[in-house]
Amino acid sequence: MSQLAITVIGPDRPGIVAEVAEVLARLGANLTDSTMTRLRGHFAMTLICVGPAADEVEAALHPLSADGQLLTTVRAVRADGEQPPAGEPYVLAVHGADRLGIVATVTRVLAEYGGNVTDLTTRLSGALYLIVAEVDLPPESAGLLAARLTEVAAGLDVEVTLRRADSDLL
Amino acid sequence: MPAAAVAADVEDGGLENWTVAVLGDAGRVRPVVAAPAPVLSRAAAEVDPTDPEVVGLAADLVATMRSSPGCVGLAAPQIGVGARVFAVDVTGHPKAVTVHGTFVLCNAVVVEASRWRPGREGCMSVPDLTGDVKRASRLVVTGQLPGTGRPVRLVADGFEARALQHEIDHCAGLLFLDRVAGAHAVYQRKVYL
Repeated sequence: MSQLAITVIGPDRPGIVAEVAEVLARLGANLTDSTMTRLRGHFAMTLICVGPAADEVEAALHPLSADGQLLTTVRAVRADGEQPPAGEPYVLAVHGADRLGIVATVTRVLAEYGGNVTDLTTRLSGALYLIVAEVDLPPESAGLLAARLTEVAAGLDVEVTLRRADSDLL
Repeated sequence: MPAAAVAADVEDGGLENWTVAVLGDAGRVRPVVAAPAPVLSRAAAEVDPTDPEVVGLAADLVATMRSSPGCVGLAAPQIGVGARVFAVDVTGHPKAVTVHGTFVLCNAVVVEASRWRPGREGCMSVPDLTGDVKRASRLVVTGQLPGTGRPVRLVADGFEARALQHEIDHCAGLLFLDRVAGAHAVYQRKVYL
């Protein structure tokens, strides 16, 4: 059994998920984790599957991209499984006037403090630019990182908040 | 009706003099069932709170809840029993507003819910995921006490209200996964107690 990373992106329309999922199911490729969303009118899918060989999936997905609309890629990846949690979970939110380099600057600061981005979404809405990210931070690093982010945010003229993503066990 | 009028209208009562000792049984710690066990997805049956089996179940729920670090509530379906019984104790939790101590309710229903707030929940029966769920932060619940069957009316706020809704959902065959705020509102759980 091989593990595959598959991406599909193209102009949004009804049926993309069904068509891709049907191809995978027919091949016995079990869809495990995936994220699918619409970005500025493009539907983007990133999937991890377990099952047949990459070239078999690639060939089966080929007809979907024949009209030049959907772009698909398939690649075999190592089955590492879930990484153990490395740090403490935080949610970072940044918003302000759009300008070049906000993501680059903010994520560089995160990386310098050993922060690992596990999920990140950006939106441009009119003049407003927004980043929401889930990050794992090394223990005890949040205070210093928050102070540094505040400095950097002032330079970019954006607002930044970093808060602990507490989950309560019920 | 304004919130203040609602507050004046309800009476928080029935739990006076009730302690776990009333159950007359230390209970035993039982294994917690994880999804996708069918018992977690079926509406549980109403119970006779005076039935000795229900009283024993109540004691087991308290014992199992207390044996699990950080656990503030446990419903019968979570130990594999399809009965409308759950235990709650939010004592000492930093987000708790009202704290009624340890109690067990049978056949509980929500009669008033307001002030909806989002919050991230985890569940012993869904060990690897958490999710953002909107819950009422002000709640009025009625139910019956195991043993005497005495009716109870609880007014709960904040985290205790959230815990009650989570457990009442379990009794209705619902997990927090059935109530998450959206496709990106489920997360890999990162903190293990």
